Amino acid sequence: MSATATQRRDPAPPPPDPGSRRLTERVFRVRESGILAVLVVFVAITTAIQPRFLDTQNIQFVLINTTVFALLALGETMVVVSRNVDLSIGSVLGLSAYLSTRLFSQVHGIPVPAVFAVGLAIGLACGVANGLMVSLGRVPSLVVTLATLYIIRGIDILIVGGNEVVAQSLPNAFANIPQDTVLGVPDLAIVIAAVVALGAYYLRSFRSGRELYAIGSNPDAARLAGIPVGKRIFTAFAVSGALAGLAGVLWAAEYQTIDSTAGTGYELLVVSAVVVGGVAIFGGSGTAIGAAIGALLLAAINSALNVLGIAPFWDQAIAGFLLLLAITLDRVISLRLVAALRVRSSRRAG
Amino acid sequence: MQAERDAAGTGQAAAGPATGHDEAVSAGPGPRRPASRGAAAGQLLRRSARWETGLVVLVIAIAVFGASTSSEFLTGYNLFNLGLSSGEIAIMALPMTLIIISGEIDLSVASTLGMSSALLGVLWSKGWPMLAIFAVLLLLGAAAGLLNGLLVTRVGLPSLAVTIGTLALFRGIALITIGANTVSNFPAAYTNMGVQPIPHTELSYSAGIFIVLAVIFGVVLHGTPFGRSIYAMGANQDAALFAGIRVKRIKTLLYMISGVVCAMAGALWTFRLDTAVQNNGLGLELDVVAIVLLAGVSIFGGKGSIVGVVLAVLAFAGLQNALLLTNFNQEATGIVIGGLLLASVFVPNAVSFTARARESLARRSRAAPAAIGAGHE
Repeated sequence: MSATATQRRDPAPPPPDPGSRRLTERVFRVRESGILAVLVVFVAITTAIQPRFLDTQNIQFVLINTTVFALLALGETMVVVSRNVDLSIGSVLGLSAYLSTRLFSQVHGIPVPAVFAVGLAIGLACGVANGLMVSLGRVPSLVVTLATLYIIRGIDILIVGGNEVVAQSLPNAFANIPQDTVLGVPDLAIVIAAVVALGAYYLRSFRSGRELYAIGSNPDAARLAGIPVGKRIFTAFAVSGALAGLAGVLWAAEYQTIDSTAGTGYELLVVSAVVVGGVAIFGGSGTAIGAAIGALLLAAINSALNVLGIAPFWDQAIAGFLLLLAITLDRVISLRLVAALRVRSSRRAG
Repeated sequence: MQAERDAAGTGQAAAGPATGHDEAVSAGPGPRRPASRGAAAGQLLRRSARWETGLVVLVIAIAVFGASTSSEFLTGYNLFNLGLSSGEIAIMALPMTLIIISGEIDLSVASTLGMSSALLGVLWSKGWPMLAIFAVLLLLGAAAGLLNGLLVTRVGLPSLAVTIGTLALFRGIALITIGANTVSNFPAAYTNMGVQPIPHTELSYSAGIFIVLAVIFGVVLHGTPFGRSIYAMGANQDAALFAGIRVKRIKTLLYMISGVVCAMAGALWTFRLDTAVQNNGLGLELDVVAIVLLAGVSIFGGKGSIVGVVLAVLAFAGLQNALLLTNFNQEATGIVIGGLLLASVFVPNAVSFTARARESLARRSRAAPAAIGAGHE
């Protein structure tokens, strides 16, 4: 929004060799390349200091930690791309985690997939509520989802009270989900990677997916072009809610002790993962893959601090610093790119 | 108007505004229309006057509700408690109001409070004199705000993303500063501010500071060219720039003011609880934003008033306090606050929606009276 004013400065000097220029341009054009480079450098440095970082066990640990955030980030990406934001996901995760896993002690012998379905349904219901209010009520999503963040967490607290779901009440088939592996890769990571890939494919190649970008780039233009803006935004919120519900069940499988604080504050972590992953906070650009890499980077940082024996106190400061660094770099690079493209097109015209 | 009152009084989002008076029709600029029209000042005044009337009704309703549920509610001691428990949030809402009116947001306020509290604890435990610590805290707040401001205005990053980043960064610095330690036993001269009212009143010190600051912020925002320029840049940044307003400088200044005020709130918080720990004020940023939005400040900038914020603070604090006196689960008061927040965006929308519906109805009946008449026959 405030970006337009500063875009008209200092065109970069034209690069000398056109061949190499095209290559760098193509690399820069892939928004994820920056974040991927950061991830690779980060992993390389950490491993150089402490080889244990790339142990099978630690990699599995990082991947498992990523799954919940990657799911949340996928939903958030769909919402943010359409120039909205969903702040309620942390509360949705908490509500779904408790209500779904409580079924294990309430309904004897309930199958695990049914519990996942219940979690998904709870999340979907919350997402539908958000989506209806944003698209029909035409009110800013920041305000609506800030309100539902409070309301859903409040409902959660009223239901849970001082209780909690404890590990003993969870059947082994459920509690072991994070431990199951295929060829050393956690099953869960494979499934989530597939889900993220599907989401990315949808956003990239489906008409309705592309329309989310159009809405995010310019909502008025999208409306004039005949895109059903309200419907698309509604869908994005519904999907985001459903994924948050699903993530709640996964969260429960990982942490195995669920009280009314589950997932508190996740909304801002996920938004930062999404932004670090190259999704523009004001919509219109970014990919689900990038957001997933952003989630992976945050989990890797978490684990690296652990492996390197750095006190966990540094965790947040570093995460915040990296977020600021990532968005600053992204901004500088895109400014350069715009300037370079302008120079080229003006030369072509002249 | 009636619909606004009904919905505000009961804290419900759904409002069937069938009884809107004609005045609601005449002042019907859609609150979400980003481009505000010329001569907006008059409309703005009317609109905010109506919004604040609704808030006054809400505050009275809450007072009645509180008094009816508990005889304790309207006692002086309880009012002191009410001011005490919401003082810091109220103080932080003032600079947040200016920032949101200017079209930006600052989510790092609670982390700035936490950072200030942690530093206060560490420096005190190292034996620094209190006045020197205060000076350091104010510098810290200014520096924190400067960082936010420079990233937003000079680098050109969206403030939502920047301040989510500094939210983590500042909280992280608080963690690094004080670690897992807890510092308490601050001198009684300061911690008394947390347990005693200002002499001869029922006001807590934080509430007193809020009142003084609210007057200052109100005068600056509503009575100076500086304040008007904040509205101008929030309504249309490019136009403000072309009108010669130093948008970047003013926004940076607003962030610095916010940082300083939040650092001060950090000291108040620390003295009130007599503890400095890393998680002081965790998550308060959303409460602060909720108050400001409830006050009728538009999230898109350019609209809002300090009077509204003062009323919203009263509503927020009163409601929390009233629920505290009932046996409603204290931690679940978020449901009510969230409901109020929803009402604050839906009610004006519903009002403007009915206004538009009436307008188009009127236009249609003017345009084709013959057809309608024919239809009736």
